Amino acid sequence: MNSKNMKYLFGPLNKNNPVIVQILGICSALAVTAQLKPAFVMAMSVTVVTAFSNLIMSALRKGIPDRIRIIVQLVVIAALVILVDQVLKAYVYDVSKQLSVYVGLIITNCIIMGRVEAFALGNKPWPSFLDGIGNGLGYGMILIVVAFFRELLGNGTLWGVSVIPASWYIQNGGFYANNGLMLLPPMALILVGLIIWIHRSRNKDLIEK
Amino acid sequence: MESLNIFIKSIFIDNMVFAFFFGMCSYIAVSKSVKTAMGLGVAVTFVMAVTVPLNWLLNEYVLKAGALSWLSESFHDVDLSFLSFIVFIAVIASFVQLVEMVVEKFTPALYNSLGIFLPLIAVNCAIMGGSLFMQEREYANIGQATAFGLGSGLGWWLAIIMMAAIRERLAYSNVPAPLRGPGITFIITGLMGIAFMAFLGIQL
Repeated sequence: MNSKNMKYLFGPLNKNNPVIVQILGICSALAVTAQLKPAFVMAMSVTVVTAFSNLIMSALRKGIPDRIRIIVQLVVIAALVILVDQVLKAYVYDVSKQLSVYVGLIITNCIIMGRVEAFALGNKPWPSFLDGIGNGLGYGMILIVVAFFRELLGNGTLWGVSVIPASWYIQNGGFYANNGLMLLPPMALILVGLIIWIHRSRNKDLIEK
Repeated sequence: MESLNIFIKSIFIDNMVFAFFFGMCSYIAVSKSVKTAMGLGVAVTFVMAVTVPLNWLLNEYVLKAGALSWLSESFHDVDLSFLSFIVFIAVIASFVQLVEMVVEKFTPALYNSLGIFLPLIAVNCAIMGGSLFMQEREYANIGQATAFGLGSGLGWWLAIIMMAAIRERLAYSNVPAPLRGPGITFIITGLMGIAFMAFLGIQL
């Protein structure tokens, strides 16, 4: 793999992250992060849909008239999301119930439309496919980080396994209590704000004037 | 009465932005000035108030399990609900296209001020989310679905106007450099969300 392709694949993990730099796809990024497991499943689903919608749209890009491209994109994306939804319902039914409407909302996830518009329509299929995987993973990384802190501090568990010793809790005579606020929607926003703060203070060139 | 409860609930308690993060992308991108926020808010509210009842009709008479039995008795076990994503997004995208053409033809002044926001609405997750929630919560009649669509749109409008007003004032304050722009916007939205949680106590 040459260096250009490496950049497409790994750029979105840091300097060009879709969530914290391009500010795309936040809608679903926050809602599913109360626990690690649904966050992981969501990250995988979005990666698959982004990669394949980029691949398909890039392969079709010369045959689609410019005026109707939005409709074509929506049809391709919606078809992929239906596939993902059926697979989730078949193999991980409990997580699919937990994610509820957010699986359907992958269709309107701005990362997917954004990458198709900005990248796939102007590039060959293989780089587009890598760009899709890279952006999906960049999105997934933020989801996992946010979900890690929310589940650990809010519930005292990781992936459903409790990691805080039971004897620490107040009801068992200890000193510790879970922070229930972490499980509520507003804390996800504040956590992402803090991640942006840390990321930008390490990458000074991203700071707005 | 039930419709009124749904209406108030969807504006304040189940606010699209603060409780479900719907439409965050355009919420962050377009909340830099009150004027543009106003334009997008009107457009989203209007599209939502129309597409949610439209999709309710489609869900009730075409997509739901057994919904096609008005056509013929033999269709009573047909379940098309797996098609709902593609049908809903098609309704939304074509309606947005329609609105764009009508507005362009009859009120060019409004078209120029809304201009770029209209096509953006098709991929605003708040609109799609409204239709999906309508399906999940199984509203009993079209009145309730309309109340939900209108209320959710107004709630989104309220949120983006408040955010834009705060950001206009924020331009004069001394925010730490790495937090400027999206960072501080996220944190303020979180704080506003905590304030909105006060409405959770209302019994409807």
